[in-house]
Amino acid sequence: MRKVAIIGVGMSRFGELWDKSFRDIVIEAGIEAIEDANLEGKEIEAMYIGNMSGGRFLSQEHISALIADYSGLASLNIPAIRVEAGDASGGVALKEAYISVASGIHDIVVAAGVEKVTDVGSAMEIMDSSIDQEWEAFHGATLASLYAMMARLHIHNYGSSEEDLAMISVKNHKNAVNNPKAQFRREIGIETVLNSPYVAEPLKVFDSAPISDGSAVVILASERVARKHTDTPVYINSVVQSSDYLAVQNREDILEMKAVKTATRKALKLAKCELKDIDVFEMHDSFTITELLLYENVGLAEKGRGHELVRDGRVEIDGEKPVNPSGGLKACGHAVGATGIRQIGEIVLQLRGDAGKRQVDAEKGMAVNIGGTGATAVVSILGR
Amino acid sequence: MIPSFWRKIRYRYNLTGTKCENCGRIYHPPRNICPECRRKSSITEVDLGDRGELLTYSIVHDAPESFKLQRPYVIGLIKLESGVVVTSQISCKPSELRIGMKVKAVFRKYGEDGEDGIIYYGTKFVPCEE
Repeated sequence: MRKVAIIGVGMSRFGELWDKSFRDIVIEAGIEAIEDANLEGKEIEAMYIGNMSGGRFLSQEHISALIADYSGLASLNIPAIRVEAGDASGGVALKEAYISVASGIHDIVVAAGVEKVTDVGSAMEIMDSSIDQEWEAFHGATLASLYAMMARLHIHNYGSSEEDLAMISVKNHKNAVNNPKAQFRREIGIETVLNSPYVAEPLKVFDSAPISDGSAVVILASERVARKHTDTPVYINSVVQSSDYLAVQNREDILEMKAVKTATRKALKLAKCELKDIDVFEMHDSFTITELLLYENVGLAEKGRGHELVRDGRVEIDGEKPVNPSGGLKACGHAVGATGIRQIGEIVLQLRGDAGKRQVDAEKGMAVNIGGTGATAVVSILGR
Repeated sequence: MIPSFWRKIRYRYNLTGTKCENCGRIYHPPRNICPECRRKSSITEVDLGDRGELLTYSIVHDAPESFKLQRPYVIGLIKLESGVVVTSQISCKPSELRIGMKVKAVFRKYGEDGEDGIIYYGTKFVPCEE
């Protein structure tokens, strides 16, 4: 396997992009990435595109060829592959793109993620399609309610609180202020979270990431080719995908995310490093409880003690282990299939020293992207 | 939705799961392959019992269109006596809810396909004394 570097990153704004179409936003991110990589465009040999539900959000399938076409690559007839794994679609697209370069099949490829959600009335029901439709959704379970049940159990078993969860939202909003691409660039107080209406008790509106429009693109190249295009390549040390039981009810312990644990263990081994070597994290805070459970399942905290990291500030941007300097899904926005790539873009900016006012001092970074309630996990480790 | 509902109606109307005779593990919903034994699986049907305890729950406020009229409703994970965990609604006042409470299965309506469509029935749970 060859070493693979990221030589370009691009991202649209995340949010309610009423004046922009699906095509507009993915091309916007793509152009930024190509300029960042100093490419002309024709060097691209393949595209891997994470997208959860073009079919239901837009009635548009076959988006892989559509995006290659509107990227101006129709005349090159390159392969374009759409990848779906719920809101881990972006992470899985990165993994597929990585394999295609590491294996020697391609030298330069695009890994993209895109979602356009504001063209339909109820994006929430489409988001919920990542849970088991026959045995969870049939009974009225929603994605939020399944995470809410995890939150309820964590609070009951371990003495965490709704305030602890709220502080994760407060932290991520604070970080997003300095991210020009973020959807919500404003600080909030803990009361804002605690006074917001319940979505599924004990989770509230401000515990929940929005469902956003947005796109993110990274360009991958083999080490040899990367050196021709950039002086600041960021290497993919590892990217590992794991799966778990689709329905929460079938998991032995609903607070254990085995896909996350497995992917993290393998990713650290492949990257030949330990968790203590990772300086910055992007974690999938689809709900505040998701981020809290990721602290524990990635191994930043022992089981049942995730909330201590919030209480003592260790996951703040100036803490020992900054989590979500971008603002995370909650405040940067959650453009579903784009999120996994957006996380990678943030880690690249952080490692290159290009993260502006939200810059942390980092040699290595980790991104954790989750599909639905955790039946897919993608853990990536990047290094300078 | 009708065929997908009707196809597994037996497992919605009754708490029936599958047991792997090779390892003894029981699953709900029914499976064709045991996740532990795979090719060595030997699958039979088994009654899961109608009593259990509430592992955790949530009161749902933001509901899909088809559940809007029922808001707020309670969704829970119930561990049945057979050890199997199922996702279901709990019919009770929110103030009665507590983790670990004993519940029993009842046959209830879940929804309908409009005024003239079929009615979806299934299992819900209600509190019960030990």
